[in-house]
Amino acid sequence: MEILNLARQAILMPTGIQDGDIEKIMGRLLSSPVDAADIYFQSSHFESWVMEGGIIKEGSHNIEQGAGVRAVFGEKTGFAYSDRIELPVLLEAANNVKAIVRQGQDAEPLHCKVATKAAGRPNYYATQNPLKSLADQQKIDLLRRVDSETRKLDSRIEEVIVSLVGLHEHILVARQDGSLVADVRPLVRMNVTVIVEQNGQREQGSMGGGGRSDYGYFIDRDTALEYGREAVRQALVNLEAVEAPAGNMTVVLGPGWPGILLHEAIGHGLEGDFNRKGTSAFSGRVGERVASDLCTVVDDGTLEGRRGSLSIDDEGTPTELTVLIENGILKGYMQDQLNARLMGVNPTGNGRRESYAHLPMPRMTNTYMLAGQHDPEEIIKTVKKGLYAKNFGGGQVDITSGKFVFSASEAYLIENGKITRAVKGATLIGNGPDVLTKVSMVGTDLALDSGVGSCGKEGQSVPVGVGQPTLKIDGLTVGGTSV
Amino acid sequence: MQNHQQINRLKNTVQSILDEAVKQGASAAEAGLSQENGLSVSVRLGDVETIEHHCDQGLGVTVYFGKRKGSASTTDLSPASIRETVGAACSIARYTSEDEYAGLPEKELLATEFPDLDLNHPWDIGVDGAIALAIECESAARSYHKEITNSEGASVDTHQGVRVLGNSLGFLQGYASTRHSLSCSVLGQRGDSMQRDYWYTVARNAANLESAADVGKKAAERTIRRLEGRSLSTRQCPVLYCAETASGLLGSFIGAISGGNLYRKSSFLLDALNTQVFPEFVRIHEQPYLKGALGSGAYDGEGVATQTRDIVSDGILRGYVLSTYSARKLGLRSTGNAGGVHNLTIDPGKLDYQGMLKELNTGLLVTELMGQGVNMVTGDYSRGAAGFWVENGEIQYPVEEITIAGNLKDMLKNIVAVGNDVDYRGNIRTGSILVERMSIAGE
Ligand SMILES: [Zn+2]
Repeated sequence: MEILNLARQAILMPTGIQDGDIEKIMGRLLSSPVDAADIYFQSSHFESWVMEGGIIKEGSHNIEQGAGVRAVFGEKTGFAYSDRIELPVLLEAANNVKAIVRQGQDAEPLHCKVATKAAGRPNYYATQNPLKSLADQQKIDLLRRVDSETRKLDSRIEEVIVSLVGLHEHILVARQDGSLVADVRPLVRMNVTVIVEQNGQREQGSMGGGGRSDYGYFIDRDTALEYGREAVRQALVNLEAVEAPAGNMTVVLGPGWPGILLHEAIGHGLEGDFNRKGTSAFSGRVGERVASDLCTVVDDGTLEGRRGSLSIDDEGTPTELTVLIENGILKGYMQDQLNARLMGVNPTGNGRRESYAHLPMPRMTNTYMLAGQHDPEEIIKTVKKGLYAKNFGGGQVDITSGKFVFSASEAYLIENGKITRAVKGATLIGNGPDVLTKVSMVGTDLALDSGVGSCGKEGQSVPVGVGQPTLKIDGLTVGGTSV
Repeated sequence: MQNHQQINRLKNTVQSILDEAVKQGASAAEAGLSQENGLSVSVRLGDVETIEHHCDQGLGVTVYFGKRKGSASTTDLSPASIRETVGAACSIARYTSEDEYAGLPEKELLATEFPDLDLNHPWDIGVDGAIALAIECESAARSYHKEITNSEGASVDTHQGVRVLGNSLGFLQGYASTRHSLSCSVLGQRGDSMQRDYWYTVARNAANLESAADVGKKAAERTIRRLEGRSLSTRQCPVLYCAETASGLLGSFIGAISGGNLYRKSSFLLDALNTQVFPEFVRIHEQPYLKGALGSGAYDGEGVATQTRDIVSDGILRGYVLSTYSARKLGLRSTGNAGGVHNLTIDPGKLDYQGMLKELNTGLLVTELMGQGVNMVTGDYSRGAAGFWVENGEIQYPVEEITIAGNLKDMLKNIVAVGNDVDYRGNIRTGSILVERMSIAGE
């Protein structure tokens, strides 16, 4: 109840919208024989601070609020939204939206009664406003401290850019059964980028992190200063890097953020919409082997305070731990309500949307592989010649052909069981349905990423997490220049 | 006429926002206000899938207290919210540092002439019309070939909006514009090989869109030709970027000569002004005043007049891409590029697409790129690619699951030819581009 009241106060109170108004809008939506309908209210406050060139250069504060009205009939969806949370505007939106049902006669006018169930549900993050967790002056002091401490680390540092962003979001979903569900979501992130120079050669290193928490996250345990140290380390490693090899070779991926392999190669292809439509390379393959038996991959929205976590998804469904691949066998897909209904399965709490101005669809939360049996050092020792990839930039996938890429930003040669020279960043490319069948060793060192991931799909961006233990893949194409 | 009224109303609001900023103590201020309406309809397998009604508005305000800056934005345009937003920007400016380069543009650089650029052509297609057009497009794709087995659908999008920008130097301008598009994406299957590709058309005036049948047919053609793609062995060879992928190559070049990357010294083209960056035959220029084009505008995101100018001529870099701030950091003047370039054009050569394939002779034609893989600081370039293997100017077979790599500095210098098969759909207008040699990694 407390969260629901917080959301009502933040979103509805300033606009004067009452439960009776929600019933009117919903009644309008339900006057056509729709299968499902919802109204999504959102109010977000976002701030960002940037320190660059040794000064606090930029700051901004942004407010985004509005409501999206949706009606679903079979595979059809009608959708309208507005930045104005006002009854006449939303009633008109409902009129536009219910036109998706063209079957002619109106349904028996269904009366919708808003009922707020006090049903307990877990919360994976606190509701407090992270923007208020530090006074503005303290945020500035934090940025200055990270900047000056980072600059002290090495004389080759030319530039340090530190950014701090915070988001406090209230959402409220009214569903066709009259239920109202709400969530209050904090999200913070800090990033440090350094540019180093040595004998006229420049390189860059970057590290950041955060989660569904407040700014204390960066101060406790000195996380912020650690980002600076790590960014400098990466930049200096890259100064020494030689040309990356080109061709197919054994690749060992480090723990943590390299888990974007799973996100790109497997994750997107297992989203329910693509599989309902039969457009994914994984369509119709539940029960089949898609990975070596060392691999168990899950999507888990329930991790405390993680960037990709949600207590409920954007359709009000509680998130869960969904097993995608168990010991190499494909177990199931990630679902929102529309695709779950059409496929005759249960929603998995993966219905997400960027904002009220976007339609929800199946999206990942935190996607990771469970730990295996092998000591990470032993894994390296088994490789005669190959690549050890420790850090990555972004990735991309074509879910139909299954081809995916991800770009290493820190990588080393493995020669005779030892990590030797650093090599320049290179793109790795593979085939999603094959790549995990080539996993021959899985480390004991499962780690989740530091909290920097954003996933784009059909123009919508949402925060996500990834993770994995050290993995050995027997054959992946490495896109270097050294042929 | 309605647009005029709407623009005048928004101008009044912007003026009151600027006044409010001054009232709250700001020494200078800038505000931008936009309102947009739109309709998106998508169909799949011959039936409606989604109908979306868009309605967006937004206010962004930047205030200066001397050399200190603060920004804020909101989607709530109620008077109370506007006051709060201005207040939030002012409050932030209390904490940012003195920055000697911060501030509004030099007054003499602000645009003073506002020709009608023919950007506003509302399309009264309606939901039913849009559905019919999308269905026609998707049917053309699905009936093109028996190997087209599935569809991601076709969609029609139409948007019309009004933007107003003002600052406390007295600049206050607005314009209305439209943007319409039609796109289609289908799947093909042959044996175990499943592929998907798409095509789209976009224009300010719906009369300039490609026909629905053509869009559908091209989507299908492009899908079919990818079936049964294979990898290549690792090698070095010439690479022909088709027009759509070539625009990304020029995009990376523009990134490297953009003020932000230059003053941060995070560009592989530092100190390259007046040096040979491309071969001698290359000319790259901006055309902000093209009528009806997607990248046209008389002023940039700060109100600075845009310029018709050469960025590269005889292969020599003649100018950077600068906003007011980045220009001051570099000791230069704004080039009217706050927010990007305007109809960036590389002069087409004599060869058409077939001629470019002949010029490639034996090598890789790249039709799709994947991933980021571009290091702006060093110019190191490594991206996933798909396309076709070409021998003696003839396409042999589709290629996938490979990467192409090189260094952008070398790649730009080693451009062999630019085609006249120009893709006019974006803000970067280029034909296909042939690069002498790159590293291909594959099986
Ligand atoms: Zn993604």
